[in-house]
Amino acid sequence: MPQPLERPTMDKTNDFVVKFANVNGSGSASANQLFAKAVLRMGVPVASRNIFPSNIQGLPTWYEVRVSEAGHRGRRGGVDLMVAMNPQTWDRDVAEMEPGGYLLYDSTKPLPPSRFRDDVTVIGVPLTALCNAEYADPRQRQLFKNILYVGVLSALLDMDVAEIERLLGEQFKGKEKLIAANVHALHLGRDHALETLQCPIGLRVKRSDAVGDRIFVDGNNAAALGCVYGGATVAAWYPITPSTSVAEAFMKHCKAFRTDPDTGKARCAIVQTEDELAAIGMVIGAAWNGARAFTATSGPGISLMQEFLGLAYFAEIPAVIIDVQRGGPSTGMPTRTQQSDLLLAAYASHGDTKHVLLFPEDPRECFDFAATALDLADRLQTPVFVMTDLDIGMNDWLCEPFVWDDSRRMDRGKVMTAEELEAGADFGRYKDVDGDGIPWRTYPGTHPTKGAYFTRGTSRDPYARYTEEGSVYVDNMQRLLRKFATAAQLVPAAVPRPARQPTRVGVIHYGSTAPAMQEALGMLDGQGLHVDALRVRAFPFGDEVIDFVERHDTVFVVEQNRDAQLRTLLVNEGAVDPAKLVPVLHYDGTPITARFIAGDIAGKLSALTIVPLRKALP
Amino acid sequence: MTYLKPHFRNPALPSNALGYTRRDYEGAVSTLCAGCGHDSISAAIVQACFELDLPPHRLAKLSGIGCSSKTPTYFLGASHGFNSVHGRMPSVLTGANLANRDLVYLGVSGDGDSASIGLGQFVHAMRRGVNMLYIVENNGVYGLTKGQFSATADKGSKSKKGAVNPDDPIDLVSLALQMGATFVGRGFSGDKAQLVPLIKAALRHRGVAFLDVLSPCVTFNNHPGSTKSYDYVREHNAVFNRPDVVPHREAITADSAPGELVTVTLHDGSVVRLRPVAGDHDVHDRIAAMNHLAERQAEGEIVTGLLYVDPDAGDLHDRLNTVDTPLNRLNDAELCPGAATLARVNAALR
Repeated sequence: MPQPLERPTMDKTNDFVVKFANVNGSGSASANQLFAKAVLRMGVPVASRNIFPSNIQGLPTWYEVRVSEAGHRGRRGGVDLMVAMNPQTWDRDVAEMEPGGYLLYDSTKPLPPSRFRDDVTVIGVPLTALCNAEYADPRQRQLFKNILYVGVLSALLDMDVAEIERLLGEQFKGKEKLIAANVHALHLGRDHALETLQCPIGLRVKRSDAVGDRIFVDGNNAAALGCVYGGATVAAWYPITPSTSVAEAFMKHCKAFRTDPDTGKARCAIVQTEDELAAIGMVIGAAWNGARAFTATSGPGISLMQEFLGLAYFAEIPAVIIDVQRGGPSTGMPTRTQQSDLLLAAYASHGDTKHVLLFPEDPRECFDFAATALDLADRLQTPVFVMTDLDIGMNDWLCEPFVWDDSRRMDRGKVMTAEELEAGADFGRYKDVDGDGIPWRTYPGTHPTKGAYFTRGTSRDPYARYTEEGSVYVDNMQRLLRKFATAAQLVPAAVPRPARQPTRVGVIHYGSTAPAMQEALGMLDGQGLHVDALRVRAFPFGDEVIDFVERHDTVFVVEQNRDAQLRTLLVNEGAVDPAKLVPVLHYDGTPITARFIAGDIAGKLSALTIVPLRKALP
Repeated sequence: MTYLKPHFRNPALPSNALGYTRRDYEGAVSTLCAGCGHDSISAAIVQACFELDLPPHRLAKLSGIGCSSKTPTYFLGASHGFNSVHGRMPSVLTGANLANRDLVYLGVSGDGDSASIGLGQFVHAMRRGVNMLYIVENNGVYGLTKGQFSATADKGSKSKKGAVNPDDPIDLVSLALQMGATFVGRGFSGDKAQLVPLIKAALRHRGVAFLDVLSPCVTFNNHPGSTKSYDYVREHNAVFNRPDVVPHREAITADSAPGELVTVTLHDGSVVRLRPVAGDHDVHDRIAAMNHLAERQAEGEIVTGLLYVDPDAGDLHDRLNTVDTPLNRLNDAELCPGAATLARVNAALR
């Protein structure tokens, strides 16, 4: 018998947030992803985020799906429909809901009314009972329960069930029995809902065409693909959350795209090392010897690589490091997101060092920047970091499709050939012959008598001869600064987004903050607060970044760390007035939300405009 | 400073099959202490490479940090060299080898570099089967920091200042055998007749070759009470065998009675003839080698010679099934799947 719904309810189509509260290891992730993809297949953009513990089985895990016809990819904050499948987190899950929202729960065991809220609509489905009646095998009972609630949601949200069936068909292609079993479970849930509940509820997914040709992919997969397209042949890595899937995806892509069709042999070498020191050591050795090489790691791995990074900087050896940032310090929050490795990476190692950092905003830029980083590392002969994070790296993001220009060639930088050496070219390994601070190099084995040199971490003259002469050392360190200035010209430029009308207020942001920032700018605009935005995409900063700060009286710097690390880099390297730069910081390990940014900036702006009452000066 | 030798070529100097003289394999003037064992090893490397007709530029020499790691400057001046960070030569060399499988790789390290700070990288290089010759110039002390014990110093041995080492030593030869090295031997810098052929055979070996070379430190560890001094090593040297390498193109002529020599045919067809001295274990038998080593060590002896070889060993590239072309020579077309493939990737992500 249909249950009457009688509480204050919301009425939203293609614009709401669903959150799944599950137990880790219960097989919920693929069901939740199935739901998100089904919405996408209906032409409605989604932003999905997996919020998971450092654990394999038993601890709470959440999956948040933001359905947004407008295409907002950041977190909004708040939950409109909670799929509460984890008794451990029930109270906080219920508390997180928006007034007027919907709460779907497993009603097999009755709960006292005190566990619910008056201002949300409760939808009980006896999922466990339904599964127990249908399936004898305990594992099936568990797995199909997840599909069952997807079926319930399809009815509640008025979704096209055929899209879900198609997705199941694709997922289990070739395993017809599994397809049938999953479709059966799907309909078990759906039919139960249609028969016993008032469907649809106030939240609905309506077919649209707002997705276009965009793709749904995680940043780690995208970065790995970018390394394939960028020509990386050597990958050395050590497992660490949240970067592990970069290496795993690289293996998968290499198997598909780097297997010699005639011999079956691999056009790449992938080594899982004993630690991160060995990983960066191998990258440096391979790049010294003319291969494109990269490693993927996270903050603790970068910490271990410090000594080698100084060597690569000073000995001028290319290296690409994909840093999928997580919550630190120490083990910190290994399965939560942060942007807290900026200073660690920018000044990695002892002595005077500075490194090139790239900040991708989404998986599409992870792809682009991975390939770009390989070019930049060769061109600049120095380590280049791709500073992604867990939010981009491990979540599926809706983003523009990958693009590749077939006329593009790897930029191997200044490599002297045997012919050039034979023709008598003057080769000084650390000599600045072009005025850009970048010297020429040779690969080992190039020429029988010319071009060999000795690479070392100790000081040397322009011809790579060991010396401890102070003036020669200083000249070399100055040349490295010129090279860094060249880097500022070569890295991806910052992307401006001007306000609708001229303003003296600006905001700088970077990386995974971008989607929430975009939405926050819209919210602020709605409140009459006009803010020019600049998305920084690299360090060292180009002139456009410093100009932006100079053109504004107040510049908010939005970051996902405690210590305002990009702001520190701006103050250190941009010589800008620190008083202008107002930090907006979010670092609880969850991805930053539009509401947080808009609220914090609006609050700080009103504080800036309040003039305290004071005595008139005589 | 780097001291370069004058370019003077004596036309009377003998040349090898490639037309190179021994001078073409030399490097800058050594800045180590006079009488340092490491200089003898450098000279042995020069002679081995000259006699093997190796094109100098087709060899890459890599090292870590320390006195021994400085030596690559002092030999093979026409080769690319890499003096990396302390204890981490193995990973840098592994990466270099991955990039270009066609070069010959020589890793030079010391006992502090390999047994103390770099023990982890040492064992992992052994177990990965990187195609290289890994030489440890073993003197039991830190020279550049003036005489501290390293992890290969024997328990009870005395430092120059009289301190007694309380810790058990790490024997890198035993470790290499245990970790899967496929060519393992030990030499002594004071016995060039044994050392040069050991290096030649090791350079010809395909797979990971490890040589521990006792190389006394004349400044900090050559006194009574040291177990790494010239006198001590000479007195306790239990020579297992003396090798002799015949390159594959030369006919083998028997210059000793049949039955006395053990012959090993290496991957490239070169033959190593081993003249047994003390001990008779099968050089192809890893466990017998470990037993022999353990038994002689228990008697306080230092076993030298070629202890174990697997001539059919593969290397890291075999395990990874990499293409024959060096990875650093693959071009855009061979590496980049192109736009059409990317369109299919995109389609699968919708």
